[in-house]
Amino acid sequence: MKSNTIVKGILYAVLILLVIISFIPFYMMIINATRSNSEILQHGFTMLPGSSLMANYEVLIQYMNLWRGFANSLFVAVMVTVLSSYFSALTAFGFAVYKFKGKNVLFVFMLLLMMVPGQLGLIGFYDLIRTMGLLDTYIPLIIPPIAAPFVVFFLRQYLKTVMHPSLLEAARIDGAGEFRIFHKIGLPMMMPAVATMAIFTFIGSWNNYILPLVVLFSPEKYTLPVMMGALRGSQVAENLGSMYLGIAISVVPIMIAFLFLSKYIISSISAGAVKE
Amino acid sequence: MKKLDNYGYMFIIPFFLVFITFTIYPILLTFYYSFTSYSGMGEAEFVGLANYTRLLTDSYFYQAFYNTMYIWGINFFFQLGIALLLAILFSDIRLNMKGLGFFRALFYLPNLITIASVALLFGILLGWHHGTINHLLLDLGIISQPINWLNDPTTARWSVGLIGAWMWFGHTFIILMAGISGISKDYFEAALIDGANRWQTLVNVTLPLLKPIMLYVLITSLIGGLQIFDLPMLITDGMGAPQGSLNTMVLYLYNQAFRFDNYGYAAAVAYGLFLITVVFSLITFKTMYRNNVKEG
Repeated sequence: MKSNTIVKGILYAVLILLVIISFIPFYMMIINATRSNSEILQHGFTMLPGSSLMANYEVLIQYMNLWRGFANSLFVAVMVTVLSSYFSALTAFGFAVYKFKGKNVLFVFMLLLMMVPGQLGLIGFYDLIRTMGLLDTYIPLIIPPIAAPFVVFFLRQYLKTVMHPSLLEAARIDGAGEFRIFHKIGLPMMMPAVATMAIFTFIGSWNNYILPLVVLFSPEKYTLPVMMGALRGSQVAENLGSMYLGIAISVVPIMIAFLFLSKYIISSISAGAVKE
Repeated sequence: MKKLDNYGYMFIIPFFLVFITFTIYPILLTFYYSFTSYSGMGEAEFVGLANYTRLLTDSYFYQAFYNTMYIWGINFFFQLGIALLLAILFSDIRLNMKGLGFFRALFYLPNLITIASVALLFGILLGWHHGTINHLLLDLGIISQPINWLNDPTTARWSVGLIGAWMWFGHTFIILMAGISGISKDYFEAALIDGANRWQTLVNVTLPLLKPIMLYVLITSLIGGLQIFDLPMLITDGMGAPQGSLNTMVLYLYNQAFRFDNYGYAAAVAYGLFLITVVFSLITFKTMYRNNVKEG
């Protein structure tokens, strides 16, 4: 058993090395965010923080308000998550509970289009949004995700396993309408699956870059990724300390949120990927 | 009961209204524009198959395809390789490694950060004269001269591929772990009793049973990989420099449409990309399926 201990020691060392690799870019970013431009240029790499954090911040906010980007991204992602969750649950309930004409055709049609890459309709989407006069608004970012085929599919599968028809019968005998049944029984029952999908939807919306880039023009409406893109071409890019700080501002709040939520996020990735 | 079932339509109507308006219609409209010389303004003039014949002879598109596969290949090799090693390590009942939750969370973190921020961060970390990575390597004595990472086609592609692997290995690791935990413990115990060593257990038990999950990882990664856009766009000048080595298919599509106003041609590029995606997915399914039949 002695050799096993040595092997395990080596393996843990390798794991720690991987942790360092995962983490060191963030560490360099945080350190450099506290150093002045000349310190970074002249002294290169160091493990210790500098003292120019506030100076960097002042330079940064002269050119852009990343907190605004944060608020915009948060607003869009929350709206997308709420709307997509609600309407997906509604659709999944419709597919799982009722028997109507054309149901299977519609369901298969929806699943087929699930395979289509997002960029296929980009040109037409842009043209449509322009014709509708919705460019430079959040509507093209918030409304289309209502139709999320994968979420509907996932929720329908879930409903099939947990929902018993007699439960609905009982509610109907008690005089509840169909939408009341959905809100009082269907939706609460789906909540664990909805929460799983909501995490995905939120991350997906938060990281979406190409669509806001195409649709939004006013800098004050930019979501965080688009604002980060604009940071590169701005004058801030000449001051490396401020640049690092800008990136850090966009990253650190996510890291803190992740610290508290990692358990849920990881279990939903597992749940979303592996279906029995 | 009949009347009740008509409620089904009411539940699915919002979904299909939005779906048809914002997904189906744009896909069809893009298809229509792919046969025109639409420039974003005025009338769309019908040009037949001209955009598609141009696509077939467009060396930039072929280069974009090559770049995309090159970058994805590096990304996938390291992403899956590291994730698989980690998953095997943590699922070995004889080793009984501790701290799975902690490591999983830390390895996943890069995936959660907005790609735009990651691209920007590595863009300056990989800088030439003042880049932190060059400084670090110089201090450690690994290199004697700063390397201009993002200005050489090979190092630029490797950089983007490895950043992608760095972002995704934690995610793949989580999925593989979930797959392994779905395998009944009986198989591993039976292998242990039969006296199988680690290597035999891995090759004869773990990997074959993990095949459906590997297929899932391969296809989702491939579809995602064919759409690589953010990193190459943000890490370079937005045009895929140096020497077009980071010009991916979606970046090409984006530039044709929104930088050069060639909406008609960009629409054809989109359908070319779609066709490639379908072909690759089919090949993947077919290969995996044939292997399964052989074994059975």
